[in-house]
Amino acid sequence: MKAFTKHTGLVAPLDRSNVDTDMIIPKQFLKSIKRTGFGPNLFDELRYLDEGQPGKDNSQRPLNPDFILNQARYQGASVLLARANFGCGSSREHAPWALEDFGFRAIIAPSFADIFYNNCFKNGLLPLVLKEEEVDELFRAVESVEGYALTVDLENQTVSTPDGKVYHFEVDEFRRHCLLNGLDDIGVTLEDADAISAYEARRKQEAPWLFPAG
Amino acid sequence: MSGKTLYDKLWDAHLVKERADGSCLIYIDRHMLHEVTSPQAFEGLRLAGRKPWRIDANLATVDHNVPTTGRENGVEGIEDPISRTQVQTLDANCNEFGIVEYGMSDQRQGIVHVIGPEQGATLPGMTVVCGDSHTSTHGAFGALAHGIGTSEVEHVLATQCLVQQKSKNMLVQVDGELKPGITGKDVMLAIIGKIGTAGGTGYAIEYAGSAIRSLSMEARMTMCNMSIEAGARAGMVAVDDKTIDYVKDRPMAPKGEMWERAVESWRELKSDDDADFDKVVHLDAADIEPQVSWGTSPEMVTNVGDRVPDPANESDPIKREGMERALKYMGLEPNTPMTGIKLDRIFIGSCTNARIEDLREAASILKGQTIASSLKQAMVVPGSGMVKAQAEREGLDRIFLDAGFEWREPGCSMCLGMNPDQLGEGEHCASTSNRNFEGRQGFGGRTHLVSPAMAAAAAIHGHFVDISDYYDRAG
Repeated sequence: MKAFTKHTGLVAPLDRSNVDTDMIIPKQFLKSIKRTGFGPNLFDELRYLDEGQPGKDNSQRPLNPDFILNQARYQGASVLLARANFGCGSSREHAPWALEDFGFRAIIAPSFADIFYNNCFKNGLLPLVLKEEEVDELFRAVESVEGYALTVDLENQTVSTPDGKVYHFEVDEFRRHCLLNGLDDIGVTLEDADAISAYEARRKQEAPWLFPAG
Repeated sequence: MSGKTLYDKLWDAHLVKERADGSCLIYIDRHMLHEVTSPQAFEGLRLAGRKPWRIDANLATVDHNVPTTGRENGVEGIEDPISRTQVQTLDANCNEFGIVEYGMSDQRQGIVHVIGPEQGATLPGMTVVCGDSHTSTHGAFGALAHGIGTSEVEHVLATQCLVQQKSKNMLVQVDGELKPGITGKDVMLAIIGKIGTAGGTGYAIEYAGSAIRSLSMEARMTMCNMSIEAGARAGMVAVDDKTIDYVKDRPMAPKGEMWERAVESWRELKSDDDADFDKVVHLDAADIEPQVSWGTSPEMVTNVGDRVPDPANESDPIKREGMERALKYMGLEPNTPMTGIKLDRIFIGSCTNARIEDLREAASILKGQTIASSLKQAMVVPGSGMVKAQAEREGLDRIFLDAGFEWREPGCSMCLGMNPDQLGEGEHCASTSNRNFEGRQGFGGRTHLVSPAMAAAAAIHGHFVDISDYYDRAG
C-alpha cells in the first residue's frame, strides 16, 4: 500500500451531505475484476450528462459544467472537501479506489460512514474529520480563493491553511501507523498467527458447532 | 459494575488479541462471498502467495450480476460479457481455493443474505462478515454481522480475523403493538426517519422491546438488514425461541447432542438487564404508520397518509438544499400527497424483502386482483432458489402471475440494477429494496422504498395506498 505522510494539494469543495458510494462510483463499473481504472468514472452521474458504461470513451461524453471537478479552477485537485456522512451506503471499496485513481490523497469532512472510512485507509487515502465549523470555514475559504491548497500532515495530525491556520484531527494509532508506513496489514496480523491458532483451539472446546470440519 | 450488552458479549467471545495500540483482532466465524467484491481479494492472495486460513468458514454464491430470466443456459447465458466474466471469476476462484459455492444452476443459489440464514450457515453467536454492507441482516440471529470492503475480504480469507475498533452501544427500543399491516420494513424506515442515515454511525444497534419480540425472524432480518441505512454497520436482536426454532434443522445447523449444547449457549445471547447503552432511542409501535420514501436518502421517508415535505419549512440550509436537490431528482412538488405519486414499476425483491414471508404478504394482497394498467412492469424476484421453490409449492407464483406480475429467477436484480433489471430515466418505482439513492436502480430512476404489502397494494392501484385501510377492509 502507498504510504501517506504529508501532502499539500489543491482543494475541491463538494458541497452536499450524505454523498453515497453509489454516487462516488455507480454500479455498472463494479463489474470490473481489477482494482484500478475507476478514476475516469468517479462521480460519473454528477460529472457527465449522459449515462456511463464500462468501455465507453469518456473523452467523447458531454460534461456537466456545473460539477466542481469539471471546473478549470479545480483541475488537479488532490484534497476533497466534503460534508457530513460522506461515503454512506454500499461497502464497495471501488469508491476509495476511484477517488485514489482520480488523484485524491485526502478527504476532509465533518463525518464519514464507517465502512467507507475504514476502506480508505487500506488504499493510501486519508479520510480526516474536522469539526463542522472548521469545515464551514474551509468551504468559505476554498470558494473565495482560487488555487486554495491545504497541507495535510498525518505524522502531526494537522491540516494547515495557506495563511498559517492549523487544525488538528484525530486518527486511531493502528491506522495511522499502517498508513504512515504503507504497511500491508495482513502481514501485520499474521505476526499474531499463534494467537489466532490458540484462540481457535480454545473456541473449538467452548463452541465446537462452529467448527464442523473439526 | 454494569452488565454487558449483547454486542459486548459477542465482541468479548471473539476477541483474539488486544494490541498495545488499542486495535483488536476479532475472529470471524462465517465469511460469505459474492462475485462483485471478491475478485480483487483472491487476486491479492495469489500475488502475495497466501492461502485461505480456514476454508470451511467460507461460503460463496453469485447474486449481484445474475440475470433473472433465461437461466437455462447457465453462466454462458449471461449476455453482458463483463458480468459473465465476474461470475466466471468467482467460480474459478472458489474452485481454485476449494470454497463451497452455490453457482448459478444450484437451487441453493440466491442473495447472499438470504441463503446464509436459510442454510443455517448463519448461527446465533457467530461473527459473520461479507463484502456487502447488508451483511448486518445476519444480526437478527443474535450474531455480530457487518459489511466489509474488499481489502478486508482478503484479510479475512488470509487470517480469519479482522482488525477492529469496538463500536459504541445503541439500543432501539420499540414497545407496544403494531397496527395491522405494519411490517418490520415500516418499523425500520420509521427508525431511520427518526435517527437519520448517520444516526447509527459508530454504533452497533440492538433492536429490542415487545414489538421486536413479536416480529418473526424474517421481519427481524429486514430490520437488521437496513441498520446500515441508519449508519450502523451492525444491527442485532437477542436470541429467543423464534431464533432457535428458525435455525433448527437447517442443513448447516448443528444436530443431535451438539444442537442441545449450542442451544444452551445461545440462550445467553441477550443483553444483561443492567447493561449500559451509550444511546437509547424509543419508538411506540402503535404510532408507526405505513412508510414510503419520497427522496434520495432512506431518511427521506414519511407516512403514506402524509405529503411530500416542503423544503421551505426546513431551517438548516444544508438540509434544505439536500431536500430541494432530492425533490428535483425525484420530479416531485412539495406538498403532493404521497398517494398522488404515479408509479411506473413495482419491484418486490432484494436482501431486505425477498424471503418467503415477504412473498406471502404481497400475495395475500394480490390474490384475485390485477395490477393497474398504467404500470409498465411489476416483478417479483425471490431471494433464493429455495424461496422460489417454496413459493411455487404454495401457489404464490400463480397469484403473482395472474395479477400481472413477472415471476423471476433469484438474485439482487433491480435493487441495484447490476444485471439488466433497471429503471428507465424518470420512472417511479415502488420498491421493497433498501436504497433510494440517485441512479441506484437505474440511471435517472426514482425509487420509493416500501414494504412488500405496500408495494403489492400500490401495484393494484398504480399509486400508493394506505395498507392499514386495506387490512381494516379485509379484516
